[in-house]
Amino acid sequence: MVASHAVSTLEHRSDIGETDEVLESDDLAGPPPQEQPLFKAGAPRRGGVGSMYALFAPPAVDAVALEERAASLGKRSLKGETKLAGLRLAIAMMDLTTLEGKDTPGKVSQLCQKARTPLSNDPSVGPCAAICVYPNHVVTAKARLAGSTVKVASVATAFPSGQSPLDIKLADTRRAVDFGADEIDMVIDRGAMLVGDFSKVFDEIAATKEACGPAHLKVILETGELGSYDVIRKASELAIAAGADFIKTSTGKIQPAATPPVTLLMLEVIRDHYYASGRRIGMKPAGGVRTAKQALHYLVLVKETLGDAWLTPDLFRFGASALLNDVLMQLEKQRTGNYQAADDFSKD
Amino acid sequence: MAHTMTKRESETALEATGAVVALDFGKAWDYAPAPESPDHVHIDPRYGLFIGGRWVTPRSGRFFQTINPSTEEVLSEVADANAQDVDDAVKAAREAYDTYWSRMRGADRAKYIFRIARAIQEKARELAIVESMDGGKPIKESRDIDLPLAAAHFFYHAGWADKLDYAFHGRRVRSLGVAGQIIPWNFPLLMAAWKIAPALACGNTVVLKPAETTPLTALLLAKIIEEAELPPGVVNIVTGGGETGAALASHPDVNKVAFTGSTSVGKRIQRAIAGTHKRLSLELGGKAANIVFADAPIDQAVDGIVNGIYFNQGHVCCAGSRLLVEESVHDTIVKKLRDRMATLRMGSPLDKNTDVGAINSKAQLARIQELVAAGEEEGCERYSAPCPLPSKGYWFPPTFFTGASMSSRIAREEIFGPVLTILTFRTPDEAVEKANNTSYGLSAGVWTDKGAKIFYMATKLKAGVIWGNTFNKFDPTSPFGGYKESGFGREGGRQGLAAYLEVE
Repeated sequence: MVASHAVSTLEHRSDIGETDEVLESDDLAGPPPQEQPLFKAGAPRRGGVGSMYALFAPPAVDAVALEERAASLGKRSLKGETKLAGLRLAIAMMDLTTLEGKDTPGKVSQLCQKARTPLSNDPSVGPCAAICVYPNHVVTAKARLAGSTVKVASVATAFPSGQSPLDIKLADTRRAVDFGADEIDMVIDRGAMLVGDFSKVFDEIAATKEACGPAHLKVILETGELGSYDVIRKASELAIAAGADFIKTSTGKIQPAATPPVTLLMLEVIRDHYYASGRRIGMKPAGGVRTAKQALHYLVLVKETLGDAWLTPDLFRFGASALLNDVLMQLEKQRTGNYQAADDFSKD
Repeated sequence: MAHTMTKRESETALEATGAVVALDFGKAWDYAPAPESPDHVHIDPRYGLFIGGRWVTPRSGRFFQTINPSTEEVLSEVADANAQDVDDAVKAAREAYDTYWSRMRGADRAKYIFRIARAIQEKARELAIVESMDGGKPIKESRDIDLPLAAAHFFYHAGWADKLDYAFHGRRVRSLGVAGQIIPWNFPLLMAAWKIAPALACGNTVVLKPAETTPLTALLLAKIIEEAELPPGVVNIVTGGGETGAALASHPDVNKVAFTGSTSVGKRIQRAIAGTHKRLSLELGGKAANIVFADAPIDQAVDGIVNGIYFNQGHVCCAGSRLLVEESVHDTIVKKLRDRMATLRMGSPLDKNTDVGAINSKAQLARIQELVAAGEEEGCERYSAPCPLPSKGYWFPPTFFTGASMSSRIAREEIFGPVLTILTFRTPDEAVEKANNTSYGLSAGVWTDKGAKIFYMATKLKAGVIWGNTFNKFDPTSPFGGYKESGFGREGGRQGLAAYLEVE
């Protein structure tokens, strides 16, 4: 296994713009000076099935300094108009999610209504970016959201574990797209990632991207299972190189799910990829974002890492279920000066 | 006050699309002002001297103004102590030493020091606001760094007060007497804590002179000491300028002089007390190398570079003012540094979102401007963060120079401002040689993912403090101090006690 990867590594080096330098006698004068790109990591390649990803060594990550920086950005003081604008933005970025065994058409329908009009007495709030459901509920959601801007995202690829054969995962993806899903939230094979079988991880993402057709692909790394920031960094680069439109932290089924340092790290990978290619990849922290205060912290991470261009639902999403009502409560607090009771907000 | 901003260079498009690849840190979601209110802070219109447990009018009859460097508004008037005032203070300290403090059990001294520590914590908010008003540093730094550390130094040394017999194994210790302490304006309250806490714990009494431009928090500390009911004269605070400091350092009845400040003044003090019985510790300037290897955690290193040089507007003796970066990652680091600097928020020190505050004084601003002009004249390429400068007050934008050489003035002289000089190296040994090629030796930073390389560098670098994959971290348990012209003696930790004890 390992040996074959090494071979394919060499074969693919030319694909990512590097060539082996072999010093021959007529090279002694030195090669002509060449304009080298500053950032070589993760040049995008949308390969088909069977693509391999070269051995790569992303920059190291220092856990202490990363966590310190993420925490320091949680200390920004956001008041008045800033807070209001941030809360409204968070709602517009929300992928309202239900991913439970007990999901029914009724539940999904109610969630769709909530995504369209989060606050019944103020139609200017919302809508949310998308609702996120299992494939079986895509048809219901699509019908309920007809005529709105709310997208339907479907998890696929044997969510949440990803522990199924590739053909099953691809069939899962194609069916979800056929049902009408606008976006596919796939999971990577964490087992393969942890044993160092990066080619398998890469190939599955690339194949899923192909199976998505026109649907946008979000790649869930399940960072809570990857064990270290270095592996999360590698997985992020793999996912982007294999064709992800978004990278996403978590399924919501594993703790810890999204955290500020993990999100900051993934934003930094997105930044490096943008430097290298000019292509903007989106980011979606999911799971564990429950309060308006947390959501604003994430927005600060985005603003100060990637800047204005990413402060849009096209490039940043929250995967959450409980978050919306807390944000609504804070919005109403800003508007009226008082906290409303929890039952003043619909629980769908 | 007309600073010319270096225009941000257009970025090179890296893809055939021809699109400009540049991050835009604009106004899409701007932070509204979030000022910390100074309403509950009380600053007296005039302060006398704190001598012998009482507030006295200076014999000199003179007062000078202390201003807010971010607005140039006058905050208060403080006494300008002359040699007679200093003599009064030393006499009071001597009497307190003989009568109370040298006879007191360590455990009882500890009670007083713990009391000061707790009072600092209780008044932390007020002290932080005054620190930012008088010195210009951002409230988030005075709130999150200066104040917690100041309290921590008193707590830490209170714990030592009854354990000094165990500090130096098998050796007896005794106190020195009266300590004359002169502190700088960059961390006014924190430096007062660094000086007063170990002196008191070790059984000495104190005459402290705060810096001319930042006397207020030391005076508020005097009030805390008064409220903590320390015996009169154990701590005396005399405000004034260079002459006051000279009178204190050369006073014949001072047993120990501790000075933190510029190397030139440090040398003068050392000359002045040569041949006397006085003990001396000096913590002087620096021109620290912050060394970034190609295998470093790059994004965290960029944060560390920013923290190393723009923390407290670069008014930090151990600031990482020389960035030594492995040549292969130079361009990457510079690009990332620019983007990181675009997010730095410069403005009112009392705004909770301010990252970079005001330059401490007009004189310091002039010094920074002079050295930056020298860098430009020497042909180094300047980049300044695109921060709008307020019209009032003393401001200088976060700045770095590329294309500098080891012989550039900006690579050799301490600027003590938000100005970074970027140099390159190729091998670890070249990094060591360049890092040590300075008359200073206070601190250094090493950024690499290889633990062994950090230890290798730490054995080779001639600096008192070496940070691995971090920068500007302080803790009372860790000794701090310099080599070469950065001074001698240590502050903090067990080693710091030796500066205030006779170890027999």
